[in-house]
Amino acid sequence: MDSTMVTSSSSWGQALLRISPYTFSAIGIAISIGVSVLGAAWGIYITGSSLIGAAIKAPRITSKNLIRCYLSPLTVFAVIKLWAVAATFVIFCEAVAIYGVIVAIILQTKLDSVPKSKMYDPESMRAGYAIFASGIIVGFANLVCGLCVGIIGSSCALSDAQNSTLFVKILVIEIFGSALGLFGVIVGIIMSAQATWPTK
Amino acid sequence: MYGFEAMTFNIHGGYLEAIVRGYRSGLLTAADYNNLCQCETLDDIKMHLSATEYGTYLQNEPSPLHTTTIVEKCTLKLVDEYKHMLTQATEPLSTFLEYITYGHMIDNVVLIVTGTLHERDVQELLEKCHPLGMFDSIATLAVAQNMRELYRLVLVDTPLAPYFSECITSEDLDDMNIEIMRNTLYKAYLEDFYRFCQKLGGATAELMSDLLAFEADRRAVNITINSIGTELTREDRRKLYSNFGLLYPYGHEELAICEDIDQVRGAMEKYPPYQSIFSKLSYGESQMLDKAFYEEEVKRLCLSFEQQFHYAVFFAYMRLREQEIRNLMWISECVAQNQKSRVHDSVVFIF
Repeated sequence: MDSTMVTSSSSWGQALLRISPYTFSAIGIAISIGVSVLGAAWGIYITGSSLIGAAIKAPRITSKNLIRCYLSPLTVFAVIKLWAVAATFVIFCEAVAIYGVIVAIILQTKLDSVPKSKMYDPESMRAGYAIFASGIIVGFANLVCGLCVGIIGSSCALSDAQNSTLFVKILVIEIFGSALGLFGVIVGIIMSAQATWPTK
Repeated sequence: MYGFEAMTFNIHGGYLEAIVRGYRSGLLTAADYNNLCQCETLDDIKMHLSATEYGTYLQNEPSPLHTTTIVEKCTLKLVDEYKHMLTQATEPLSTFLEYITYGHMIDNVVLIVTGTLHERDVQELLEKCHPLGMFDSIATLAVAQNMRELYRLVLVDTPLAPYFSECITSEDLDDMNIEIMRNTLYKAYLEDFYRFCQKLGGATAELMSDLLAFEADRRAVNITINSIGTELTREDRRKLYSNFGLLYPYGHEELAICEDIDQVRGAMEKYPPYQSIFSKLSYGESQMLDKAFYEEEVKRLCLSFEQQFHYAVFFAYMRLREQEIRNLMWISECVAQNQKSRVHDSVVFIF
């Protein structure tokens, strides 16, 4: 049934209400993974370019700020220590992408089929909107988180190359930054928990 | 947009910024300078320098070293680093890096023209030119008789061409005119560089404005002091000052009418940043002014490294290297002439 407030007046309102809740859900899932990965990639390249340049003078920093080997032509110039140490900035940025994947998988399990007669029920609309909102929350929170972690990572690589006592201190700042993504994931999962489609 | 450069700067400039910061960590420290100041001979200096980054450049030099050899090899290192950065740079960083060398080009042009005037050999002059300011047709400068020919034959193809519009006259070149030409060119170059940095915007514009304004003001003071007692009229002197900087325009009006050092000091002490420089000098003394200006410049250049994601670090690094080479030259000369007591007169510590 159409909502009473939108009977015949606004055609835009009608149009919005007639969009299937599955559309909103699908877009939400796409945004959650797509925009998170954008944030992670942005962060990785910001850190990576500074890291490669700084490692030429101070090769020891590469093992702490592990770089992915997709940048292998440049790693020929920097002396890369092949045994890797955990907790690097690239892994922090990668975590952002992983949040996006996890939430996307959770969201897609919440998609149920409903019969056509119930497709525009308030319950279905609510479920559709909940998945959409969850996707947007996670996507954009991870976008800014990835950016933040990347910029801090770049500054950390440069300062670690000059003075190795600074690494742990800047890592602490970076942990606070990655909490932003975590907040997004938490709220997104809470939102998606109420995505219950009407039973047949 | 100022403040958000961190998001896109690293696409083109991240690698080179990291490289230049790596180079900066190789600048000589106060401990190195203390070691060098205690050397007895030039061979001691060579030994100390071989432990620093200059090692590979100096190790092949045969034993009776000259001070000019030391300075030449150190400049060679600077040139190698500069070329490495220039080849990796994209626009607009590559234009920015080229702008840094135009000052040396101007100095080279003036060197050759003056040398030709005093009938020196062209080859000898070419060897004395600064390597960063070389361009292809530089040797033909020796042929020119007046400024119009200078422009038409050689300089129209160089990046210095737009700076010549203000100083093309048909007068013959003599010492006074050449100095005026040098200062007019430098003024045009500084203003062009300033405009270019403003166009780049963001942190680069802010930091470079400050550094270039200091440069312009320092040149204004030097022009004033050097032209006291010469035939340069007040209007001509005024024309040589750049039109930006802290002193523009009211400071320039006061400086143009100064007739001795104390009047200059009076004019400059109205500006707080320069008042601290002049307060270090006692009345009537001007020899330490150069060193005071260099110290202030080095302080500002080091501060530019505090911020990330801008181009002023490249400019600052080149200037700091040049200051280091000046220090090394002074130390070498003092050691070679056995005047070690004066060695601290002119060495500016960077760290």
